[in-house]
Amino acid sequence: MDKFGYTISKGRQINYESNDRWVADYIYEREPSFRLCIECGGCSATCTTGNLTKFSLRELQILIKRGENDQVRLNIKKCMLCGKCTLVCPRGVNTRNIVILAQQAFQKSNDYAI
Amino acid sequence: MSGDVIVIGGGTAGMETSGQLANAGCMVTLVEKEEQTGGHINNWYHLFPDRRNGSEVIDYLNNKINSDNITLLKGITIDHIEKHKNRFIVKTNQGKELNADAIIIATGFDLFRSERKEEYGYGIYDNVITSVDLEMKFRSGSLKMNNGESPKRIGIVHCVGSRDEKTGNLYCSKLCCVTAVKQAIEIKEYLPDSRVFCFYMDMRMGGALYEELYMESQEKYGVNFIRGKVSEVGESINHSLIIKVEDTLVGRPLKMELDMLVLMAGMEMSEGGRKIAEMSSLKTGENRFFQGRDNHFGSNLSNIDGVFYAGTCTAPMNITETISHARSAVSEVLDYLKVFRK
Repeated sequence: MDKFGYTISKGRQINYESNDRWVADYIYEREPSFRLCIECGGCSATCTTGNLTKFSLRELQILIKRGENDQVRLNIKKCMLCGKCTLVCPRGVNTRNIVILAQQAFQKSNDYAI
Repeated sequence: MSGDVIVIGGGTAGMETSGQLANAGCMVTLVEKEEQTGGHINNWYHLFPDRRNGSEVIDYLNNKINSDNITLLKGITIDHIEKHKNRFIVKTNQGKELNADAIIIATGFDLFRSERKEEYGYGIYDNVITSVDLEMKFRSGSLKMNNGESPKRIGIVHCVGSRDEKTGNLYCSKLCCVTAVKQAIEIKEYLPDSRVFCFYMDMRMGGALYEELYMESQEKYGVNFIRGKVSEVGESINHSLIIKVEDTLVGRPLKMELDMLVLMAGMEMSEGGRKIAEMSSLKTGENRFFQGRDNHFGSNLSNIDGVFYAGTCTAPMNITETISHARSAVSEVLDYLKVFRK
């Protein structure tokens, strides 16, 4: 039998006020083309990882910008850094570098936590 | 009003300006590089948003330039332009010299050459065609694939050579979204049992009756819209096309097999316009189109007194806008001639 009882479910909304967008700021500073995404999904369509696992570079970028960092932290590691996404981007976003910088940002924050 | 004006380009803008100037009493020399006037409309079957026949516009324009004040030179290009004391001397490729008090540049646009977007397979796969190829098929009355069969699933790719830094064109060509919707409707009229999918980044329906046409395409024709930029096109073993795109609103990559793919080619500064910019000191903007003197009240004025712009040599425009722009160019020319004649 299923567990029975009350739980407190976490709200679904993006809490823009309480979310900390520090990873986004970290990337904006080092890779200004991060601002240019128009969410066309070209990167995700061509992505080998994204066709096999739940990985969408387009989605990860917007999550970073909204400060939904927990979802990004786990998924960003799946990228194999092949750079195909960078080749198709119509806005010239250096998507590959964004992944590298995001990984770097998370690594640094872990260091700080220790 | 009198004055000699040379109009370079015999498309919509050039024909409209020539007719208006002739009506105002100017002597006009209209120079067209092709053997026929009318420009791109010659390649178009039906026009958006009301799907009138393109030939009606051609008839209107032909009627417009039917004037004793207009000398039409066909199959001629311009080799040299110079200005001497408020008179222009223009040399043609056939060595002829033309003189005028003012020049209107109406060199229009070229369609983006879709083979440059190699990953979409134009010129590689038989059933990848452009919006113009589709118009030709409509005009011939037969919408068939290369093997003679009717396509059952047709994809339409927006923004081919527009809004794409990889092709060097950052601007929106403005007309392709509504062209896609118009063509989707027409495909459904030809082949009611087919399924049509538009792949778009943003639906830019900012024109009179565009949004209504978009809604009609959904409501009456069941056209499907998928938000995502197609990243690549391949071919399966049975020669159907396979496209890869992210369905961004679902958030998952999508693979689809299609019988035919139509590329909405964007608009670029024409080759003829580019040559004129090179031989003169006329300024072009960052999108390579001619740069007007002021974005708000000087889009017909060039950086040289006496040289004016009309139509899509300055930016992507639809026919309605081109005709308005042509008429405003005429008003600028007449003002100029008035001052200059005093």
